Amino acid sequence: MRQFGVMTKFELPKILGLIVALGLSASASAQMMINGAGATFPYPMYSKWFDEYAKVDPSVRFNYQSIGSGGGQKQILAQTVDFGASDGPMSDDNLSKAPGKLLHIPTVAGADVVAYNLPGNPALKLDADTIAGIFLGQIKKWNDPKISASNSGAKLPDQEIVVVHRSDGSGTTYIWTDYLSKISPEWKTKVGTNTSVNWPTGIGGKGNEGVAGQVKQTPGAIGYVELIYAVQNKMSYAEVKNASGKFVKPSLESITAALATAQIPDDFRFSITNAPGADAYPICGATWLLVYEQQKDPAKGKKLVEFLRWAAKDGEKMATDLQYAPLPDSLQQRVLKRIDEIKM
Amino acid sequence: MAVAASIAVEERSVQVRMASPSRFGDKAFEWLTLAMALAVVVLVILIGWQLWIGSSVAIKKFGFHFLVTSTWDPVAEQFGALPFIYGTLVSSLIALLIAVPLSIATAAYLTELAPLWIRQPLVSLIEMLAAIPSVILGLWGIFVMIPWLRDYPFPFLKRLFGWTPFFSGPIYGPSMLAGGIIIAIMILPIITSVSREILRSVPNLQREAAYALGATRWEATRIAVFSYAKKGLFGAVILGLGRALGETMAVTMVIGNTPQIAASLLKPGYTLASVIANEFTEATTDMYLQALFEIGLVLFGITILVNLLAQLLLRTITTTSATRAVQ
Repeated sequence: MRQFGVMTKFELPKILGLIVALGLSASASAQMMINGAGATFPYPMYSKWFDEYAKVDPSVRFNYQSIGSGGGQKQILAQTVDFGASDGPMSDDNLSKAPGKLLHIPTVAGADVVAYNLPGNPALKLDADTIAGIFLGQIKKWNDPKISASNSGAKLPDQEIVVVHRSDGSGTTYIWTDYLSKISPEWKTKVGTNTSVNWPTGIGGKGNEGVAGQVKQTPGAIGYVELIYAVQNKMSYAEVKNASGKFVKPSLESITAALATAQIPDDFRFSITNAPGADAYPICGATWLLVYEQQKDPAKGKKLVEFLRWAAKDGEKMATDLQYAPLPDSLQQRVLKRIDEIKM
Repeated sequence: MAVAASIAVEERSVQVRMASPSRFGDKAFEWLTLAMALAVVVLVILIGWQLWIGSSVAIKKFGFHFLVTSTWDPVAEQFGALPFIYGTLVSSLIALLIAVPLSIATAAYLTELAPLWIRQPLVSLIEMLAAIPSVILGLWGIFVMIPWLRDYPFPFLKRLFGWTPFFSGPIYGPSMLAGGIIIAIMILPIITSVSREILRSVPNLQREAAYALGATRWEATRIAVFSYAKKGLFGAVILGLGRALGETMAVTMVIGNTPQIAASLLKPGYTLASVIANEFTEATTDMYLQALFEIGLVLFGITILVNLLAQLLLRTITTTSATRAVQ
């Protein structure tokens, strides 16, 4: 016992010193932490925003975990994060579980491209019926008259079509099935729209890299991947006939065109697939941040609103560098107005 | 192996108790280790309990149908686990069929035959194989193994055995067989290194006795070494099987992820672990999440069941060989 007492006396100043030092370092880095979680698709964009915003307002730091849209929705509903992020709008069912009014703030958009692997990789043009037919397993060969009808110049082999789809739940699949449900009644009743579905045909690859890998290596394969991914991997992808009957190549401009012409409801829970514009690429979708209209912590809420405002104005300008499509001006103004409605 | 270990532990604790009946340190040590051992048991029970709680609504809704139906439709919220159960069992079985002979032969070569200058490099190479992260093996699977399988071994297998249902149908590449092969590569190191330790622990007296009776090297290995080590080798295989059932990332990347039950091993399949890894992050509805939890519960149950069966099998093997020895 005595020995123990002696040691305490001896150690006490050291321990006190340590506590003081810890306290000092804690107060030196007393930054506000704003936590978010959700979608993986916009993660590169968001992390760039957080980096840049640290220069604008050094007193606030963001911690974003890209755990997937499902996780993002769950965590904002449970109020374990200050904002959520999702690649698809929340369902009525999920929204009704929220303890307060949840706002959808659209940030950027992307596109799904139809990538394929054919001998010589001819440029292909596909219309809605053909794409639905292929993914329903009804069009089985590349030289099917439905494909050759809009590709008179291309040499199409007598080869089996191997459909490749995502096996993991993803916003990419949500956009893809949302498009197919809009253009094909049969798809809508048989399969439907979701982050993962009961596929009528094909093999599943994990992630964009899994689908891209399988399309690149399987002769006769067709699959959908994000635009950025197809560009980076130098894959061939098809022009798709849009709602106004024009074949459009997927690009950032044709995505923004879709955003500009799509019907966008007031709660911002919109889908921009099959948009009516002449230059709109039909298979694209936006991604959202999810925040409560009534912020619990006034200080944090104020900082969050400041950031959202900055993101909608200055952040949007960084989007194209990272291969995301920015929101068109008209929508941007509406988003800014919505951000102003957040109460502290 | 487990039985032998528990006997050894019992013996040792008896010795300790005899040597020091009333020392506080020993008591404390006993309690401490007991607490640690119990913690493991409690952990397993808690995991099972949590899975049960997480899937209770789905269990109530789908009941026994969950285990015997094949539709997996997140949109209509119809969930059946049969194709995943089938895929898990079949891919693990393929993996064992490939890995067990390879591993045990390798272990036998290393302990019985290999000269020293081969032994050491080979052992470290095998251990290195165990250190390759699963996702790297998966990438290698997509970009190297599958194209090769599709171009050479699969057409060959189809030409030879295409008349059986097991190798019929079109060749895509990603398939049940590819999944089994990837798992085999992943469980090879653990079965090999455990088997090697087991074979090394066979007393030299055994071998010498066999040689003294005029046995050849093969006969000595078979009679003196393998039959002596049978139980331990079986344990090594069970360890490998445990890993095979739960292997996730690499399998997901090569198995094709299609929930179907097809006799042909060249067709894509799906496993329990893969569907959880694939769909958990984006499951937004409650029932969907519940169904995925139930998949976890099923995998948990299968793992325990397979281990129990293995223990039983082990006991029958050892008792029958013991009676034969007596006769």
